[in-house]
Amino acid sequence: MRTSRSAARIRSARIAETVAKSILGTATMIALGIAVFLIGYLAYRGMGYVSWEFLTQAPRKAMTEGGIYPVIVGTVWLTAWTAFFALPFGIMAGIYLAEYSPRNRANRIIRIAIANMAGVPSIVYGLFGVALFVLQMGLGRSIIAGSLTLACMTLPVIITVTEEALRQIPRDLRQASLALGATKLRTIRKVVLPAAAPGIVTGSILALSRAAGETAPILFTAVAFFAPIADSPFDETMALPYHMYIMATSATKPAPQMVWGTAFVLVAGVSLINVVVASWRARQRRKIRW
Amino acid sequence: MIAASGWLAIVILAAIAIFLFFNATRSFEEVGLWKMVSGEFWYPTSDPAQYGFLPSEAGSLWVTIVGLVVCVPLGVMSAIYISEFASRRFKDIAKSLIEFMAAIPSVVFGLIGLALLVPWTQKLFNLDTGLTAFSAGVMIGILTLPTIVSIAEDAMHAVPQDLRMGSLALGNTRWQTAYKVIVPAASSGIFAAVMLGLGRAIGETMVVLMLAGNSGLIPSQPFVSARTLPGTIAGELGEVIQGGQHYSVLFAMGLVLFVVTFLVNLAADSVLERQRRRWRR
Repeated sequence: MRTSRSAARIRSARIAETVAKSILGTATMIALGIAVFLIGYLAYRGMGYVSWEFLTQAPRKAMTEGGIYPVIVGTVWLTAWTAFFALPFGIMAGIYLAEYSPRNRANRIIRIAIANMAGVPSIVYGLFGVALFVLQMGLGRSIIAGSLTLACMTLPVIITVTEEALRQIPRDLRQASLALGATKLRTIRKVVLPAAAPGIVTGSILALSRAAGETAPILFTAVAFFAPIADSPFDETMALPYHMYIMATSATKPAPQMVWGTAFVLVAGVSLINVVVASWRARQRRKIRW
Repeated sequence: MIAASGWLAIVILAAIAIFLFFNATRSFEEVGLWKMVSGEFWYPTSDPAQYGFLPSEAGSLWVTIVGLVVCVPLGVMSAIYISEFASRRFKDIAKSLIEFMAAIPSVVFGLIGLALLVPWTQKLFNLDTGLTAFSAGVMIGILTLPTIVSIAEDAMHAVPQDLRMGSLALGNTRWQTAYKVIVPAASSGIFAAVMLGLGRAIGETMVVLMLAGNSGLIPSQPFVSARTLPGTIAGELGEVIQGGQHYSVLFAMGLVLFVVTFLVNLAADSVLERQRRRWRR
């Protein structure tokens, strides 16, 4: 009697296991299926339009022909200036959090602020950029104003990746350097930072590639429907995500290569950077071991 | 210098609040905060202009609800499977695919939604237009999926291996271990994942701007065109006079959005911190 009851329990547990596993597995396959579908669909619609001419020529005939060269250059400039503003401060803040800050209340508040900064909606950064950089500082709609806005948005990510990279460096290295008589700052500069560099570089580049795809923060701070390649960072510019958005939603029938070709270039560019950086990181990891 | 950079996050966060507030003061004086937050009509260009946020708030609510209905069950179930059932190889592939999805800019999600989801919605539900809160919500759900999967998966991964092994050694199946041991142990992390997803869904701009339809009426169900808080700001800031009444109303709207997302993120962060402290070894 007892054996048959426990046998029944085992059987029902096994059935539950099978049912649960297949339901959870289906959910996972749907989620991954969506990811694969999105990538595939984008490649299907956009890849055919990408040619050497498309990448290296300016748009012609009211953006119905030609390429997107000035748009690509605009995004590259925006991202480069974002890196210029965000990297020094982000990395220094990360060093402060990992190496200097005491574990106390103030530290906890800084952490909360960073976590919250990462959650502020991108359009709010856009409003902030208009109020501070475009109007208050008088920078106008310009590459500088847009990249300062993007830098504010990217900062929390760079701080977090820097801190995490530094925390992964074993304490032995630090203590060995300090025992040899090096000061704390020297230890950080000569021992800790070089060891953590692959992690910091990887994380920062990924954060910047996200910034390159953002539309809302630059909508009112940097971009124009049409602008020539900027002579100075105080000029307006075109940018890939905005170009794609305005082409897809503007009233006149947009040329499909401008919409889908641009979307494909944007995503392919971002993911190419991701793949290159990830493989470089993996190689560095194999080289340094402790 | 290094210490000063450490405080930069607080400075910027405070500056955002201050600049939003000061640019919104004109609307507080001339329209009134409560009248905006609870106003039913959004007619910013008629005379006299009416600046009620309710249409945008209701639209944001519907979009967010639809988004969460799409991404929470799918995301949490996927996270459980990836963490507790999948082989190591499958885990690696799944995680890199999810990461790849997270790297797609939101404006591209908007474009794909415009090309596929909008016509599908229109045909499937027999509507006049496919630009609805529903289509925007579904796309936002898809966009938020990577956030929820990766944070929930991290939370379950952080549960000590001893607990898992102990449960399996007592004769529990993997599913019994998952729902009796792992999910309760990781519950606050899973909750934080949902909250962070919620924060993203409320604040997401480009997808709602492109897909929700931006109508002026208060939506009573998701299958109509709706406007949202971020969509309204992004759609109208380019057309207003700088320093004017409409301009400052949009900043007031930004302030409302900022406060709401701030509270959601604060909740998520404090829950996540508790989880971290619980499993620190």
